[in-house]
Order: sequence, then structure tokens, then C-alpha cells
Amino acid sequence: MCEHRLRARPALGIDQPDVVAVGPVRIAESMGTALGSLASRRGRDDEVRRIAADAGIPLPAPGQMVRQGDWAGFWLAPSQWMIEGPQDTYEDIAAVLKTIFGESASVTEQTDAWVRLEVTGPLRPMFERLCNLDLVRFVPGSATRTIIEHLGCYVLRQADDRITLLGPRSSAASLHHALISAARSAF
Amino acid sequence: MLIPHPILGLRDAQEFTYLGDAALIDRPDGLANPEAFHDYLYLRDNPAGIHRELWFHEQGDRSWIVVTRNTVTHEILGAVLAQDVARARGRSR
Repeated sequence: MCEHRLRARPALGIDQPDVVAVGPVRIAESMGTALGSLASRRGRDDEVRRIAADAGIPLPAPGQMVRQGDWAGFWLAPSQWMIEGPQDTYEDIAAVLKTIFGESASVTEQTDAWVRLEVTGPLRPMFERLCNLDLVRFVPGSATRTIIEHLGCYVLRQADDRITLLGPRSSAASLHHALISAARSAF
Repeated sequence: MLIPHPILGLRDAQEFTYLGDAALIDRPDGLANPEAFHDYLYLRDNPAGIHRELWFHEQGDRSWIVVTRNTVTHEILGAVLAQDVARARGRSR
């Protein structure tokens, strides 16, 4: 890849603070992750799973996410997954995945479609105001898509006190505002 | 209302959009049989009771689902992937 000195701008804009603290909750945009979606082509599920296993790329079961070395993945739909890698290593993640999976799967670059927000702290009082997920059953390692602030968002439960949200990047500010409002209302 | 998604379990109906009668899966060839296509397009049963209908998990995994619902009580009696229903009828997808 060619060398450049360009830096990606945060979805929330450069005038936003890095971390917003509301009571015990911290809300921050995270920029270090590259995303590509992987959809196995019809009838080639087994082939895709074999290639993924050889390459060390996790293809989790429905509703799950798995981290494995540099890679992480979560389930999107039947025969479809989102694959994550560190932005520094995999800035061209779609090309990397396409080289690995060839004609067995379709790959789409997703990095710039999403804003990635990390929320840490006591999550339940905040998320029961934001969405209809039951965090008691949505244990660490779970990943799903649901509605937050009228936006389709992926919710990844990284740990008891940490959730990663992927929301549509063009609505980043609205989602950020909704998180802050819910946190203020809860704490 | 909670819809028992065949893959993801109970999900809020708010995540879904509704299309209509599951008979829409069986689209006849409109060129070979215009009468059948007319009936398919314009004539629907409107039962007070058990109804099989298509729901789309739009704010979730985007699966089409055939839900069996009692239109009088809103009781949901079952849900299967529309893909499985279509394949069971000999369709390729």
C-alpha cells in the first residue's frame, strides 16, 4: 500500500471530547478497528468455514461474537458475518478477506459505514432506557442488531461492564446524544 | 408482542415489518396463467383466527419469517424461516 500522511477524522467531528463521562458511565468513539462483511455464496458454507478455520478467522454462531488473535467476528445473518481487524494492520480489510476467501464468499468494506462507540460502566440502567435488549440474558460474548434511537445498531457485549455499539455513521451525533441522554437519565 | 425468531429466539415485534398472507410465497407464472395471477394479486382471505403471514426482521438479521398467528387473540403459534418454507415447496431459494 502507498504511504500517506492522512489521518481519519472521527465520525463525531474533531471538536468533540474523546470521552464523555456521565456519573459512572464513560462513552467514547473508537477508531482503531477495520470492518468487512463476509457472506458465503450459495451452497459454499462448508468451504467458507474450512477456509476461515485455516486462516484463524472466527465465524461465530447466531447471536455470538468471538475474538481470535488479531481477528474478531460477529454473526450478522444466516451465512453472513462481520469480521474485525486492527485498522493499523488491515486498513484494506476487504481486499485481505477477498484474497483469503476468493470466489467462495462475497466481501464488502464496512469500516466507513459505522461509528464505533465504547460504553463502559454499569450498563443495565442505561440500556434498559435505550433498547429492548435484556442484558441479563445478553451475556458477555453476545452480539445482535436492534433499534436504538430509531437506528439499526449492532450491540456487542464485550464484558459485564463494557458494550461496543456500531451505529450508522451518518447518524453518529444522534446516537451519541441518545447515549448521553440515557446515561444522564439513569445516573 | 414478541415473535419467536427461529434462529434468534424471542424478539420484540418492533424490530419487524409486516408484509401479509404467506400465500404470497406461491407466485404463479403470470404469463402462463393470467387468471391465477389475478387471484394471487387481488384476492386474499381475511380470516378471524389462525393466519399464516410473512414478517421481515428488518431491524435484526433481515430474515423473512412465516409466522402463524391468531388474528383474534394475537397469540403466536409458531414461526419458521420463509426460506425453509419455500425450499420445502421445491423452490431453489
